[in-house]
Amino acid sequence: MKQIHISINGTRYQVAEHSNLAAVLMTNAIANRRSVSGEPRMAVCGMGSCGECRVTINQQAHQLACLQQCSEGMEVQCEP
Amino acid sequence: MSLNLVIVGAGPAGLAAAWSASQSKANVTLIDQYDQAGGQIWRGGTHAAPKRYQHLFAQQTELRYLNKTHVIGANADHLFLATPNGPQQLAFDRVILANGARELFLPFPGWTLPKVLGVGGLQALVKGGLPIAGKNVVVAGSGPLLVAVASQLKQRGAIVKAVVEQAPLGQLLRFGRSLAGYPSKIGQAAQSIAMLRNTPFYPNTWVVAAEGAGAVQQVRLSNHHSIECDYLACSWSLIANTELAQQLGCKLEHSFVLVDRGQQTSVNHIYAAGELTGIGGEDKAIVEGQIAGFAATGNYQAASQLAHKQAQARQFSQQLATSFALRPELRQLAQANTLVCRCEDVTFEQLQNQPSWRSAKLQTRCGMGVCQGRVCSSATQYLFGWGQDSVRFPIHPVSVADLVMESV
Repeated sequence: MKQIHISINGTRYQVAEHSNLAAVLMTNAIANRRSVSGEPRMAVCGMGSCGECRVTINQQAHQLACLQQCSEGMEVQCEP
Repeated sequence: MSLNLVIVGAGPAGLAAAWSASQSKANVTLIDQYDQAGGQIWRGGTHAAPKRYQHLFAQQTELRYLNKTHVIGANADHLFLATPNGPQQLAFDRVILANGARELFLPFPGWTLPKVLGVGGLQALVKGGLPIAGKNVVVAGSGPLLVAVASQLKQRGAIVKAVVEQAPLGQLLRFGRSLAGYPSKIGQAAQSIAMLRNTPFYPNTWVVAAEGAGAVQQVRLSNHHSIECDYLACSWSLIANTELAQQLGCKLEHSFVLVDRGQQTSVNHIYAAGELTGIGGEDKAIVEGQIAGFAATGNYQAASQLAHKQAQARQFSQQLATSFALRPELRQLAQANTLVCRCEDVTFEQLQNQPSWRSAKLQTRCGMGVCQGRVCSSATQYLFGWGQDSVRFPIHPVSVADLVMESV
């Protein structure tokens, strides 16, 4: 499988091309966001309905990681 | 001029509809939120689908595929879309709704911990590259999906610590016997069960809490077992994505879209197929999709030839609903401080004295977050008997830029 590079919160990761972004975040135990009361959250439904996996991709906020395939140079930013 | 047929959803029902419609001279547009067609069952492309659907995209057909596209609203003759290239209005003569179902998540202590996720959710992420080999997984909730996904995970090397099914054993055995009428299901069930022969299966049992620091580490069950795990996959049922159907004015019955024998909804020229009309899985989705595709393009004879299969699929769907009906004890799982609305972090305690969904929204912001109630409205319907009173535009979160363009 072809390997590509993406950046998550400024760190470079090598991943298989077309990996699902929510899967990559969960593999690396990176919380996508903090809830209103400060809980770390990761993907739940995996099919674009719950919104828990939302991240900023290439400066575009509120993108659902579970609907995204990783592509070369993708810049992902999670909520701190 | 040929008929403009728009099919929403490119899973089994949508693809089957597209195939039937392609037998006529219709202009078919297929819309899906994912990059690749296939839906949840044939996820990640049509290679898992029967050959005829794989050919759909290869042939010189009139099929147009709009991927990564959300339908955010509709009026009598247009759908409003959010596409990767911005907003778009799409005129239609007929629409076939095949936008499937999502999982029902019921709140219990610890359900918001990372790595507690849907059964279909975990399946989707594993198909998307999440390494599961050697990981400890508990699969819990209700329905045949538990066994199907547990066996797939095991096949990929997961250590399935337990499959936990809330339905009582007697009910499960009756369901098992009823499968005799559906030969294709017996094969699937037998394969899954063979795969899980050394896996503990607890009927009549449910998760009471997930615990862990930073992510789930342990699951407590109603039978007083505690199980250590890396993932808890949990889903209680499937609920139809009826928001678009409701916006189009289609009547619902018991939270599903009401259709006639030709899969037509209560609104002329709007058809629905698959999980939207009742949870029944792949076989039901295919036959209903085929019928909808034929009926929407005026090919009534071809549609009527599938009536027997359709009746069988609907009967199976009814059987599923009764066999895996949720038990009342599950209403007691949430504690006072358990979050019910995970977008706005609203607790059970804040909600239990609210009189209605509307009041809960106004007073607590329950259901006002990013999921727009897709998770908590079904949970509160089960917990408190609340119903959603209306579905408003946009039915999917969308950027302001797209909305502004939409209104000019």
